[in-house]
Amino acid sequence: MGEPDDSGRFGRFGGRFVPETLVPACQELEQGFREAWSDDSFRREFEDLLQNYAGRPSPMTECSNLSNELGVRILLKREDLNHTGSHKINNVLGQTLLAKRMGKNRIVAETGAGQHGVATATAAAYFGQECVVYMGEVDVRRQALNVYRMELLGAEVRTAMSGSRTLKDAVNEAMRDWVASVESSYYCLGSVMGPHPYPWMVREFHRVLGEEALAQSKTMLNGDVPDVVVACVGGGSNAIGIFSGFVDTRSELVGVEPAGGAAVGRAVPGVVHGSLSYLMQDEFGQVNEAQSVSAGLDYPGVGPEHSHLADIGRARYEAVTDRQVLDAFSLLSRSEGIIPALEPSHALAWVVRCKAELQGKTVLINLSGRGDKDVAQVQAIQAGDPLALETVDFSTELEGS
Amino acid sequence: MADGTLEKHLRERRDAGRKLLVPYITAGYPKDNWTRLVEGMAGAGADAIEIGIPFSDPVMDGPTIQESSTRALADGITPGLAFDGVSRLDIDVPLVAMTYYNICFRMGHERFAQSLKKAGFAAAILPDLPLEEAGEWAEVADVEGIETVMLAAPTASDERLPLVVERARGFVYGVGLVGITGERNELAASALKMASRLKAITDKPVLIGVGVSTPEQAAQLAEVADGVIVGSAVIRQILDTGSIDAAIDFVGSLRRGLDGD
Ligand SMILES: Cc1ncc(COP(=O)(O)O)c(C=O)c1O
Repeated sequence: MGEPDDSGRFGRFGGRFVPETLVPACQELEQGFREAWSDDSFRREFEDLLQNYAGRPSPMTECSNLSNELGVRILLKREDLNHTGSHKINNVLGQTLLAKRMGKNRIVAETGAGQHGVATATAAAYFGQECVVYMGEVDVRRQALNVYRMELLGAEVRTAMSGSRTLKDAVNEAMRDWVASVESSYYCLGSVMGPHPYPWMVREFHRVLGEEALAQSKTMLNGDVPDVVVACVGGGSNAIGIFSGFVDTRSELVGVEPAGGAAVGRAVPGVVHGSLSYLMQDEFGQVNEAQSVSAGLDYPGVGPEHSHLADIGRARYEAVTDRQVLDAFSLLSRSEGIIPALEPSHALAWVVRCKAELQGKTVLINLSGRGDKDVAQVQAIQAGDPLALETVDFSTELEGS
Repeated sequence: MADGTLEKHLRERRDAGRKLLVPYITAGYPKDNWTRLVEGMAGAGADAIEIGIPFSDPVMDGPTIQESSTRALADGITPGLAFDGVSRLDIDVPLVAMTYYNICFRMGHERFAQSLKKAGFAAAILPDLPLEEAGEWAEVADVEGIETVMLAAPTASDERLPLVVERARGFVYGVGLVGITGERNELAASALKMASRLKAITDKPVLIGVGVSTPEQAAQLAEVADGVIVGSAVIRQILDTGSIDAAIDFVGSLRRGLDGD
């Protein structure tokens, strides 16, 4: 996967649609990242952090029980075993290290599930940076434990009360903060979205995931690669990370979106949060609210490079329902002793749904995070707690479900 | 028609010694009489009026304008209804549409520009469409006779500022502070600095907005700038009183502040 063009575009998607106030900051960031990324000492420091602080490389696990049950050979890339419990730490360590290099000591971030917020608060604590995290009011409720984690790590969590009060609105608030504080603050975006250079830079920081997975697959598969590589897609950072390792191989690439947040699935382009990409919106261009049981995928947009990969047919994007996701969540817990986060449960849910089509194939699933944060929510849903039931849609059915 | 209705109008008034006043309102707020509010502001001494077409995710706007947009959207405003309301207005003050780029992108550049024109708008402001992304839209707008007002921000370097000014039609919208829209108790020093930086490099009308909240602030700023844009402080009057009269009176007081009486 190469660089976007000078305007920050992957094919026809991407760009830099931000208020004029932020343009110089985006340019400065692009310059800063370019210099850092070609500087060996920066790379060494980043790699050292990934290894000795985050615990990389993450292992790859063969799932024999599940493979027997499904008739599909399943491998998991274990991003759940990273420090802070998800892939998010890769990007965050890269960006906070860059912020330090650029002399910015206040870090602003948005968060959905709280994983990016926790990862950012963690890195900010490590580097001694001030940290403010915006989180939608709905997410503050369903991910209460992560709110406390961030506070424990010394971050200030600000509740976003506008709009749907989920990730989309947390991004709006973080961008408003950045517009007002751009001279002193660094905006640590949590996925491969936003204005150029974020989609590219965040992908580069997650590339390690794909590189490791490629090497590990080759070892486990006698020099071969998996038939299919599958990952969940919110903004798309864990998916782009693992895809980056396999895009030049024969592996089929599949991104899985929640049925209520399928931006690529609906295939209507639009502009929000700084880039042109597929976007859930109404006929007038008002952005729709996404609906998903997983706070981390509850986002109406998608990173521009995914729109491009869909456009050129290199990756395909599928949707799964909340019910299928909850079933997959239980399945992996019982069969392999691994409690997945609800987000990567989407990737597994797709494999389960398509097991007939996948018989005898080898499928690599990016297990982007662990499920500890979701256990209370799932328990409450199963107990029929009315507030928890508001976070889930059991009415949507998909063909072939 | 690329004759620059708005720019011509503002230049003539400025050159006659008048300080320019552009109040902002949100189309569809209040639901039943926002068009009367526009007419009232024209009567109260506005030199042009900025009309916001609400968008679901207004990242340049603070709580006050967000609130008016949210209410207008909840009451069912659409771009089409906004155009319709505007086309029925009977005023001789030029109108400037303000919205976010996705509204324009979704409709298509040509259809959006033509709809603006047909409704009676002279110009458009798209605050999330900076210079590097503005080209395609701005060329279509030029052809269709819609002036694209560009935002100039305090964060721009001395190299960048002239490029932004060059692409601006109608007037140059100097952003008064590093931040989003909203009322402020004090006029930011950056507003005066922005005005003088812009005045030093262009003869186009220079108006400063964002954070201009009182007649005193407007008057102080107009000593350097050609005029001011006032949004949140106008909307605040309606939010607080529930009536458009307070907003119209407030525009009158801004006028008197600028005229020095
Ligand atoms: C474990 C996990 N996976 C995936 C995501 C979705 O983000 P992305 O699509 O950028 O990987 C999140 C977001 O919070 C997450 O916590």
